[in-house]
Amino acid sequence: MDLPTFLVQCLNAVQYGLLLFLVASGLTLIFGIMGVINLAHGSFYMIGAYLAYALAPFVAQHLGGGFFTALFLGLVLAVAFGYALEWGFVSYLYERDHLQQVLMTYGLILVFEELRSLLLGDDVHGVQPPGWLTGSVPLGDLMTYPVYRLFMSGVCIAVALALYAVIARTRIGMAIRAGASNREMVQSLGVDIRFLYRVVFAAGVALAVLAGMIAAPVSSVYPGMGNQVLIISFVVVVIGGIGSIRGAFLASLLVGIVDTFGKVLFPQAAGVLVYVLMAAILLWRPEGLFRQG
Amino acid sequence: MTRVQSLLRRAGPEIAVTLLLAAFPWFGGKFYVDLATTIMILAVFALSLEVLVGATGLVSFGHAAFFGVAAYAATLLSPKAAAASVLWLLPASVLAAAAFAAVVGALSLRTRGIYFIMVTLAFAQMAYYVFHDTKLGGGSDGIYLYVKPVLAIGGATLVSLDQPLAFYYTTLACLVATFAFLAVVLRSRFGHALAGIRANEVRMRAAGYSTYPYKLAAFVLAGGLAGVAGFLYAVKDGFVNPEILSWHQSGAVLLMIILGGVGRLRGAVLGAFAFALLKELFQSEAIFGPLARHWQLLLGFAIIGCVALMPEGLIGLPAQLRRARLRAGAPRAA
Repeated sequence: MDLPTFLVQCLNAVQYGLLLFLVASGLTLIFGIMGVINLAHGSFYMIGAYLAYALAPFVAQHLGGGFFTALFLGLVLAVAFGYALEWGFVSYLYERDHLQQVLMTYGLILVFEELRSLLLGDDVHGVQPPGWLTGSVPLGDLMTYPVYRLFMSGVCIAVALALYAVIARTRIGMAIRAGASNREMVQSLGVDIRFLYRVVFAAGVALAVLAGMIAAPVSSVYPGMGNQVLIISFVVVVIGGIGSIRGAFLASLLVGIVDTFGKVLFPQAAGVLVYVLMAAILLWRPEGLFRQG
Repeated sequence: MTRVQSLLRRAGPEIAVTLLLAAFPWFGGKFYVDLATTIMILAVFALSLEVLVGATGLVSFGHAAFFGVAAYAATLLSPKAAAASVLWLLPASVLAAAAFAAVVGALSLRTRGIYFIMVTLAFAQMAYYVFHDTKLGGGSDGIYLYVKPVLAIGGATLVSLDQPLAFYYTTLACLVATFAFLAVVLRSRFGHALAGIRANEVRMRAAGYSTYPYKLAAFVLAGGLAGVAGFLYAVKDGFVNPEILSWHQSGAVLLMIILGGVGRLRGAVLGAFAFALLKELFQSEAIFGPLARHWQLLLGFAIIGCVALMPEGLIGLPAQLRRARLRAGAPRAA
């Protein structure tokens, strides 16, 4: 592998890892703070991608906007959807045990997947990135790298920094951190835990939808795309330690690197490598890299 | 006489269901006999997971791996042109599954809770990708088992699993044997130790039990029994592909035992029947018309509804209804 190829693969690895982080950060927050195993989280990613596909013509026709208007509209819808879903469904899962949560959110996957099939069909679709992001930048003499992928990484980094700022510096972030380490104590100190849960869940949904929307132009939009992301995101969450944003960040980069370079160096064993990594880390540290509380 | 009576009293429903299933081919059509065979295989699979989830309190999300390893072992070990003997093919398949379970269990039992769920999933995914990405078992296309095994003694073929009816009764025998075996095992000292681990592992250790070997034994036992189901599956369809090791399969079998009711062997069997029949029902165009094409939507709602309304599963439904009636009746009585 020469240097430009190596660089391109590094960029791919980081971009994939950052995208995973968007999905996994919501998952780890929902699991760490609310104690809900949400198998339907991959569906939110799928919903995001299909939103990017379905909103584009609507936005172009009625609002005269482009990709970013659709992105904004999608995020607003996602927050509203997450808030409503917590109110109408997820809030009934808190007192259930983990097994029942797994089942009920599994049922939700089937429902979302079939509703998608009913509303938008089962075809594979492409999504156009905005015009000024379609080019490539040259890397070395022979290689180029698409601008849109750099843009994706930029968005993910911005979101990661914003997430860090909110969690480390704001009052609600403090309540979230406290909620992750001791739920009862936070509640008895007068924090409205129900509202906190609703905000966390809506934010988690919005992060996954955002990931799906910005990934749509690269990965295209296809049925079942959520399931693949779901399992890998769970791997990230578990490697990083449940409830830890920092852990999720490191773990997603690690998974991105192992997966991308695995596909280049050992194409035969690429699928296995991520799981080998996870098993090895859990055998070394049975509770992940950064366990909270 | 009294022993027969007490057996009848305790295992009455089991005996009735066994007789019903044994008589089923006389009045069920070909399609339904085939469906019943599939369901009984799933029931063996669900029973094997019940050893972990219900009896020991270990939630494994990678149980399809053992099912799949045995199915692949049965297919790969069968000679291409001649019929293998069940007498060695079944033990060999089960042994392969149990050996894999021993390795996975030895490593993953170091973790607990959600981490255990995820590590078992990780090992199952590894097995999935080994069969999916390498040429070992025909890659993602899968592989055929051309000549089905037979039970032959001294050159005389007693049972050929090629015959649907013979296979039906073989599957029924496997189901009954698995159920009876587990009923005995869970009543033994070993079974009580597992129940103790489920209730309070720290206390079991304080009482002087080294819990790790017990959990590992339960894991290997569960893996081996899943291997029985995997063997039957491979022989039934004569075809295996990597999808039978996928996490969807692991999820489906978890679903069955939770639907039926965790903690009871009857629940696992009931859950397998309920799950498969629900799926058949929703796929039937005669009942649901065009919606049958989107049967997963109905199944999704059914799963959510079942879990929401019946937290103890189907097997706990009578007790739940009784309690509800008592509560409703209490003010009137007072």
